[in-house]
Amino acid sequence: MSADLSPGFGDPVADAQSCFRAVLDAMARPGQVHAVGGVSAPAPLCDAAGAVLLTLADQDTPLWLDPDAAAARGWIAFHTGAAVGPAAEAMFGVALALPDLGAFSKGSDEMPETSATLIVQVASLQTGRAFVLDGPGLREPRVLTVDGLPGDFAAVWERNHALYPRGVDLILCCGGELTALPRSVAVREV
Amino acid sequence: MNDSVPLDHPFPERRRWMAVLARAEADRIAELLGDRVPAYTVLRGPEGGLVMVRGRAGGGGSAFNLGEMTVTRCTVRTDDGFIGHAYVAGREARRAELAALVDALMQDASRAAEVEAQVIAPLERVLQRRRSDRAAKAAATRVQFFAMQTMRT
Repeated sequence: MSADLSPGFGDPVADAQSCFRAVLDAMARPGQVHAVGGVSAPAPLCDAAGAVLLTLADQDTPLWLDPDAAAARGWIAFHTGAAVGPAAEAMFGVALALPDLGAFSKGSDEMPETSATLIVQVASLQTGRAFVLDGPGLREPRVLTVDGLPGDFAAVWERNHALYPRGVDLILCCGGELTALPRSVAVREV
Repeated sequence: MNDSVPLDHPFPERRRWMAVLARAEADRIAELLGDRVPAYTVLRGPEGGLVMVRGRAGGGGSAFNLGEMTVTRCTVRTDDGFIGHAYVAGREARRAELAALVDALMQDASRAAEVEAQVIAPLERVLQRRRSDRAAKAAATRVQFFAMQTMRT
C-alpha cells in the first residue's frame, strides 16, 4: 500500500450526502454548476471528481480508470472498494480527458439504467468554448462554457444523445466544481 | 481458506500482534503507549459496521452463516508514512484507533522492538494469564470417569 494514502471525506455522512445532492441537482438541471467539497483528492484527480467517486462508487460498481490517473488507483480502491476493470463492464468511468464513449456500456432499451456514468475532468467550467444545452430540466436553453473538451464534442455528443433512452451520462469536474450532461440533453456549439 | 501466513509476508508476526491488540482494553493500550504516540492522520474511521461470521459444523462441513457481529475499523497513517489498520469487535472507536496506531508503529523497524517490549508483551502476558486462569478453573471442575469405566467392565 502506498505511503502517501490520504484521507477521504472529512465528515463521511454529511459530505457524501451534500455531494449526492449536488450530483442529483446537476443531472436534473443540466449545465448548472455546483460546488462540492469535503475532500482533498490525490493528484491527478480533482477534488470534485474525488468527491463524486467517494459518494457514488462502492464494491458493487466496477470502475474504469484512465491509465493516466493510475496514481489515484490505491486511494480509490481503499476508500470505495470499487474494482477497476475494462470500460465495457464499468458502471463509472474516471477520465482526465473525454474518452471514446463507444467503449462504455450504453444500457439496453429495457434497462437503460445499466449504462455507464463518466466522470470527466476538464480544464475549466467558467471559461472556454460555449455550448447551448437544451432538453428536459431546462425551461429555456442554457449556455455552458467548458474548456478541455475535444473539438468535435458536439458531434460526439449528438451520437450519444441520438441513442436515447440508451447512452452514457457525463459528470464534468474541475477543481471543486461539477456539472452534468445527462444523455437526454441536446448540445449545440455556438 | 489457508490459515498459515505466507512465507513472503513482510510482517509474519502481524497476526499475533493484531490478535493481542484486538483483545486489549483501550485504556490499557493508551497507558502502555504513554508518550510514544507519534503524530498521525486518521485515513478512515473509526467507523462501525457488521461482518458476517461464518462457521462450519464440526470444522469440516459446508460453511453456514452463524450471524452478524458488530466491528469497528480504523486506519491511520503516522507522519513517518506507516499505515496501520485495525478491526476490533464491538463499538469502541477509541480501541480501534489505538490498535491501528500500534499496528503502524510495529511496522516501523526503528520502533518495533520498543513497542513490542512495552506494549504488546505486557498485553500478551495479561491475555495468557486470563486464559490459563480460565483453563485452571475449568480443569478443577473436571469429572473423572475412571470409576464408571471400571464399573462397566
